[in-house]
Amino acid sequence: MTAPAIELKGISKAFGPVQANKDISIRVMSGTIHGIIGENGAGKSTLMSILYGFYKADAGEIFIGGNKTEIPDSQAAIAAGIGMVFQHFKLVENFTVLENIILGAEDGGLLKPSLSKARKTLLDLEKEYDLKVDPDAIIEEIGVGMQQRVEILKALYRQANILILDEPTGVLTPAEADQLFRILGRLKEEGKTIILITHKLREIMDITDTVSVMRRGEMTATVKTAETSPEELAELMVGRKVLLRVDKAPATPGDVVLDVQNLKVVDEQGVERLRGIDLQVRAGEIVGIAGVAGNGQSELLEVLGGYEDATGTVTLNGQPIDLTGKYSDGRSRRDRGIAHVPEDRQREGLIMDFPAWENTAFGYHRDAAYTSGLLSNNAAIKADTAEKMERFDVRPPHPHLAAKNFSGGNQQKIVLAREIERNPDLLLIGQPTRGVDIGAIEFIHQQIVALRDQGKAILLVSVELEEILGLADRVAVMFDGQIMGERQTTETDEKELGLLMAGITDTDKPHTMAEIEANLAHAHGNASKEV
Amino acid sequence: MDFLALFDLAVLDSTIRLATPLLLACLAGLFSERAGIFDIGLEGKMLFAAFFSAAVAALTGSVWLGLLAGIASSMVLSGIHGLASITFRGNQLISGVAINFLAAGMTVLIAQDWFQQGGRTPSLIGGGRFEPIILPFAESLRGVPFLGPIYAELISGHSILVYVALLAVPGTWWLLFRTRFGLRLRAVGENPAAVDTAGVSVVGLRFVAVGICGVLCGIAGAYLATGLQAGFVKDMTAGRGFIALAALIFAKWRPWHALWATLLFGYLQAIALRPDIIEGALGFKVQVQLLDALPYILTVVILAGFVGKAIPPRAGGEPYVKER
Repeated sequence: MTAPAIELKGISKAFGPVQANKDISIRVMSGTIHGIIGENGAGKSTLMSILYGFYKADAGEIFIGGNKTEIPDSQAAIAAGIGMVFQHFKLVENFTVLENIILGAEDGGLLKPSLSKARKTLLDLEKEYDLKVDPDAIIEEIGVGMQQRVEILKALYRQANILILDEPTGVLTPAEADQLFRILGRLKEEGKTIILITHKLREIMDITDTVSVMRRGEMTATVKTAETSPEELAELMVGRKVLLRVDKAPATPGDVVLDVQNLKVVDEQGVERLRGIDLQVRAGEIVGIAGVAGNGQSELLEVLGGYEDATGTVTLNGQPIDLTGKYSDGRSRRDRGIAHVPEDRQREGLIMDFPAWENTAFGYHRDAAYTSGLLSNNAAIKADTAEKMERFDVRPPHPHLAAKNFSGGNQQKIVLAREIERNPDLLLIGQPTRGVDIGAIEFIHQQIVALRDQGKAILLVSVELEEILGLADRVAVMFDGQIMGERQTTETDEKELGLLMAGITDTDKPHTMAEIEANLAHAHGNASKEV
Repeated sequence: MDFLALFDLAVLDSTIRLATPLLLACLAGLFSERAGIFDIGLEGKMLFAAFFSAAVAALTGSVWLGLLAGIASSMVLSGIHGLASITFRGNQLISGVAINFLAAGMTVLIAQDWFQQGGRTPSLIGGGRFEPIILPFAESLRGVPFLGPIYAELISGHSILVYVALLAVPGTWWLLFRTRFGLRLRAVGENPAAVDTAGVSVVGLRFVAVGICGVLCGIAGAYLATGLQAGFVKDMTAGRGFIALAALIFAKWRPWHALWATLLFGYLQAIALRPDIIEGALGFKVQVQLLDALPYILTVVILAGFVGKAIPPRAGGEPYVKER
């Protein structure tokens, strides 16, 4: 029997009092795809960073191809044949694809020979693995899908035999993710070993041969994918049984609460971000907005939430709301019964250095219950925060703890508690479960459904199609500032929505990948301009 | 009115001389900022180098030893800036401000202690100064119409450091855009994480860049005290480090543009020395103070962003912290 491609023995790593990795042992056989799954903070990324020489383990040994190997830095990892595709790409945005590929792996002091050699090698790699990129394109002008292929090519150019991918599908549309998986399959056929880190159970089931589950820094199980199920994996991840599907009755939509007509937003550079949106949300229904990030979803939330000017007509319960001027701010929106859980909770939803109780009061700090005369009634706010934390199961339930000291899921629960408990007519909610662990996702989804069942209107924006399909009753797909189509979630699937997300409306016809990519490059181009 | 006099050979000649320290400092800043380290301490480094080059040249009588001392002293300040902003990840602006204060105070203090001339060095004579170099055939070709005087007056007859500065422009361009070192240097100023994950040391690259910055500032300072002038006087850099920074932004961090930008500033400084020519060209008298202020006014205008959008290196000013 050949030695495993990678074997880790007893790896431990602590950051101060936090034990990120505890005595982890794992064997990855050569020529397989091995999944590592776990919740946020379970220690997956730390483990891979140790393998790539970013951190030094406190204890434990690493064997590559049967040989004990020290990996003090990334240079050593590359020399050992390990390549890593990070969740946030490590590319120089204003360099060309080719320059990014040779960076750090040049052949000599002068660039020209390195570049022409890399161009040839790249052509070979393209053919061998079906990885198409344009070597002379500037990184910031290509889509995320191609950027990711550049990262993979970077690793292959350095002759990596072991490829680690950290949450690779987070930024991809379903079609792009499928293409990535085809590439990974191809790499596997050529004998490469692949480690896939993800929190998405479906990906693990679809593509891996074996899977290891991590929980709180420990490796809880390693199983053959064919012999397990998503339910079992979820239980291993969380440590208890979890409901993967959102449990909800069919919606009974009532009157129109939110009516958006011909909504347009032009940004500072004069680019039209919203190009005439028409949308209705009724009482007692959840409307999901799907789309590749940066296609106008954020602007839609910002306009409705009161911090972006727009033109068009928006009515709430039949009464128009101001889109510009003094009464178009967040405070006016709240007074009208619109609550907003923003997409980026750490920047827009919370002030990270402030304690939970102050964060709970934000936006509602003029509320009679929170004030006494001109002063704020801190005791009342703290007491109210303690109760909210209890009801929303925020852990630890300490109102005095700064927001940054809570996990992503608990931060989200604080924001959610603040907004939902105001009993709004309309709840705007962006990326409700981004960076939130499975256990908390279940709870947050239940809260949103409960609010719907009280007859409230909910507008949900999420880049996770699975979440939209599970949670929303109706879905509208945005592309390039427009709505490409609306579907009942019970009557559509990821494939159809994926085409709409790429701006293709005749979803019943077959479409080539090239066509989808060409459309997407356009949409991604918008996304990158936004950042 | 005589507009042509505005481009009199003598004015253009002093433009080149006055632009030289600006150009060297501007290229120094270019190396540092392209690597992601903002450096408002160019002024202090130049001043330090000006003093130590003049002092050593005065004491030893050798301008070359003076130049070496100037470069070394500027490198010491670069080392401090590197330590503060790269190794200890401190605030780059504050480190730069500290260096400027340090240089302004220490030069005068040491000068007074060594020479007792009220914070000056003795005037440099003979081998203590960089002498003009007369290029071959300068005199014999002077008679050639048009090109002859240009060669003899404008191109020939500068100190060696002027030619070093001019050659540094294509040199910098070549290094940045044609070599592996340049690719890495530009990358580390745009996205250090990309360099780090590619297995190249971010700290090492940034220290090299800051070191080059120190060398160029050292030459700039030495030229001020031993080429342009004959000795050190208090605050003799007179804001040239900040003008160089403005020129760097004006040049959008490109070597050739840096040449044109510093020549423009050099010209403004040169014409300010000749109020008679201005009066002849415009037909009325312009306050000398206003002329002296022109380069600084242009600096403010550029720094306020009136010359179009200049996008600095994206990782500029941010200490690099490893993140997953």
